[in-house]
Amino acid sequence: MKVTLKSNLAWVGVMLFGFIIIDALEFAGLINTFIENMLVTIGINVILAVGLNLIIGFAGQFSLGHAGFMAIGAYATGIMTQTMSTPLGFYISMVVGMVIAVIAAVIVGVPTLRLRGDYLAIATMGAAEIIRIVINNLKITNGAAGLFNIPALASWVTVYVLMCLTTIVTVNFIHSRGGRAVMAVREDELAAGAMGINTTRWKLAAFVFGAATAAIGGSLHAAYIQTIAPGDFNIMASIAILIIVVLGGVGSITGTFVAAVVLGALDTILQNFGTVRMIIYSLALILIMIFKPAGLLGTWEFSFRRWLTKGAVTHD
Amino acid sequence: MQTFGQQLVNGLSLGSIYALLALGYTMVYGIIKLINFAHGDIYMLGAFWGYYSLRAFHFNFLMALCSAMVVCAVLGVVIEYFAYRPLRHSPRITALITAIGVSFLLENGMSALVGANARSFPQALPVVTYHWLGIRVSNIQLLILITACLLMALLELIIKRTKMGKAMRAVSVDPEAAQLVGINLNHTISFTFALGSAMAGAAGVLIGLYYNSIDPLMGMTPGIKAFVAAVIGGIGSVPGASLGGFIIGILETGVQAVGLSAYKDAVVYFVLIVILLVMPAGIFGHNRREKV
Amino acid sequence: MTSRLLDAQELVKSFGGLTAVANVSVHFDRNELVGLIGPNGAGKTTLFNLLTGETPLTSGSISLYTDQGVQTLNGKKPAQIAQAGISRTFQNIRLFKDLSVLDNVKIAMTNHYQEGFLTSVFRLPKFYQTEAAMAQAAHELLKIFDLTAVADQPARNLPYGTQRRLEIVRALATKPSLLFLDEPAAGMNPEETADLTQLIRQIQRDFHITVVLIEHDMSLVMNVVERLYVLEHGGLLASGTPDEIQRDPAVIKAYLGGA
Ligand SMILES: Nc1ncnc2c1ncn2[C@@H]1O[C@H](COP(=O)(O)OP(=O)(O)OP(=O)(O)O)[C@@H](O)[C@H]1O
Ligand SMILES: [Mg+2]
Repeated sequence: MKVTLKSNLAWVGVMLFGFIIIDALEFAGLINTFIENMLVTIGINVILAVGLNLIIGFAGQFSLGHAGFMAIGAYATGIMTQTMSTPLGFYISMVVGMVIAVIAAVIVGVPTLRLRGDYLAIATMGAAEIIRIVINNLKITNGAAGLFNIPALASWVTVYVLMCLTTIVTVNFIHSRGGRAVMAVREDELAAGAMGINTTRWKLAAFVFGAATAAIGGSLHAAYIQTIAPGDFNIMASIAILIIVVLGGVGSITGTFVAAVVLGALDTILQNFGTVRMIIYSLALILIMIFKPAGLLGTWEFSFRRWLTKGAVTHD
Repeated sequence: MQTFGQQLVNGLSLGSIYALLALGYTMVYGIIKLINFAHGDIYMLGAFWGYYSLRAFHFNFLMALCSAMVVCAVLGVVIEYFAYRPLRHSPRITALITAIGVSFLLENGMSALVGANARSFPQALPVVTYHWLGIRVSNIQLLILITACLLMALLELIIKRTKMGKAMRAVSVDPEAAQLVGINLNHTISFTFALGSAMAGAAGVLIGLYYNSIDPLMGMTPGIKAFVAAVIGGIGSVPGASLGGFIIGILETGVQAVGLSAYKDAVVYFVLIVILLVMPAGIFGHNRREKV
Repeated sequence: MTSRLLDAQELVKSFGGLTAVANVSVHFDRNELVGLIGPNGAGKTTLFNLLTGETPLTSGSISLYTDQGVQTLNGKKPAQIAQAGISRTFQNIRLFKDLSVLDNVKIAMTNHYQEGFLTSVFRLPKFYQTEAAMAQAAHELLKIFDLTAVADQPARNLPYGTQRRLEIVRALATKPSLLFLDEPAAGMNPEETADLTQLIRQIQRDFHITVVLIEHDMSLVMNVVERLYVLEHGGLLASGTPDEIQRDPAVIKAYLGGA
């Protein structure tokens, strides 16, 4: 209990520290819009990728449709805040987006989560494309042109706080009864069933959880970037989130953070390189995968608890 | 009836392109369980090779087609050697991300090299349109259909009759056992990539002729659709990939014909999901149950 | 005074042309230790799979007698059957390999300790209470099987025999009234087998449960089980007390005739 308290306090400390650093830099005028943009993108990517890592890395379900749920959140905010242009309106739109994403995830997940591996990936990719195409053809979403002049209701602070919150909630879920059940399904679905785990239900739980956090990411994206279009949520967008997960290490939340930061920074640095930017990016991706096939961190996880009890527990 | 026939003809032409592409996906997946994301870009490179060989080298159509197949086969083998072979024993998701990286590399490399703009494909053959029972069929459509069918027949022969083809089938069933009976895994996998990429190269030249327009990103969407076709047909199954390709081609043109062209991709994905729910391993796929 | 726990009538399972289980009827009473023996390929594992819902029945019926009355298990999913109080181990060990020994056990307790989503993601006091109670219960089980020292190790690091014991602990953690053990002593030497068999006997008594034990070698189970079923070629060859089985002409013929 003591260790738990200490490690929880340490995490709170880390989050406050991060906040103060950014705030101080912002105050000192060292963060221009360009850098702030990068930081916010990293934050939103962390939210998206942590949720996808729960689905892929912990529940073992290969979903390739994360951008579809992100789109739902983004459009909920984009549409609703046009008439409710207040912070409260923004949070209401976020909750509405989450609810719709959860409903969509249930509709998609109940039939498709029976599929395995790559079949599930291709089915979820198809489902996300269907969501995008519907958005592309609706009037309320303004079709292919998308929405612009969305009220700027999210600042970097909003993104930072929500990034911390979703990560805390996700990690706490992983280290609880639900997380264990979900990992049991990943490890051996048949044995999990024989131990009384309702495998369908827990797979769906992870999928729905991930969809809800993706909707949060989408809401923040809409309210910060202020412009959204269906093309922002295509297959390539889902793949971009997948790349963060795999690059960091499937099954490592720490890795997801590291990969989001590395890719965000890489992207920013490469802005100056013009046409060769994407060539360097893709070469980097290929090389990292070849030399670090398990991702940057594998399944390694940073833990204050382990730190605090070092010596009592043997190596890891 | 007339429009139905017309759409069928259009659907079959488009479908044969998807089928040629789907073959590459299905063979590679069958043998190393990799969704070769870069496959659509090989098709793009095939189209560009066709473009330059027709314009700069003044090849005729047949020479352009055959040389594109050879060039793409070599490219496929090279990509496998450098990007996928080192990852053969890594998690499959790693190889998938690498394939995505290769895809980005080819798309952006090509954009940097030749520019991102679309360009019009040279008319290698004068277009002749035949009218038959009120249905318009162009010689290009016939050419596509016939070339695709010939290539598929050839492929079937190679897989069923040659030693390499037998090795491919053996490896896709059980790589370890295949090695034990003396099959060279590396050669077999290279051969599979060569075959699949050659088909994609041919598809690239044919689509250039058909649509008259090519660009470095042209492989993205057809690539994904062709993969969907392979999954619908039962991934790993060669006849399945052909069938899947035709199903998607016909579906797309059909949906367009009834005035829902905005939803054509959505319909394709919907059909994909429905087929997977009824047949979790596709039409010709085997659904293996785990033994307890 | 015995009371019926499970009744399986005329079970049939065919795989294509092969009939792996042919018209087998078995029953298990509360608080007994039953052996299931038979040569390779006799259909023992398949019978377990039928009784736990892993493999769908071709025909037959299975009824479970619970405090709430009789319940049919036909067509139920493995998870539902597990929740009804039937647990098992696997012949080819199926642990959650990358997870710790403790987590393997806790996972089996999932349905007995409700945490609630909000309680766990916001770490409310009830979460810590439940986790502590779970950990305690898990450690008690691990202690019985001498696994306390390895509680934090990933299951894949354990030696083979230890993995088998962990599988039994995991099955026990679901609080079953009926426990199927598929060759728990496979790969162990006679001494270890004897120890394990004694341990199984002991937990069967201490936990007041019914245990059904598959074993190849009939001599190993003879002196611990109360009753035996003998399977051969998918059919039931004989059943009865160890004494009866040893005197059964059909069994003698099958086991000694061929040797
Ligand atoms: N899923 C399956 N598909 C096809 N045949 C099967 C399947 N499961 C079992 N069989 C066959 O059923 C027969 C009985 O197998 P089972 O595993 O039940 O035997 P067993 O008595 O447990 O043998 P062992 O002592 O070797 O474990 C065998 O011939 C086996 O090949
Ligand atoms: Mg067996």
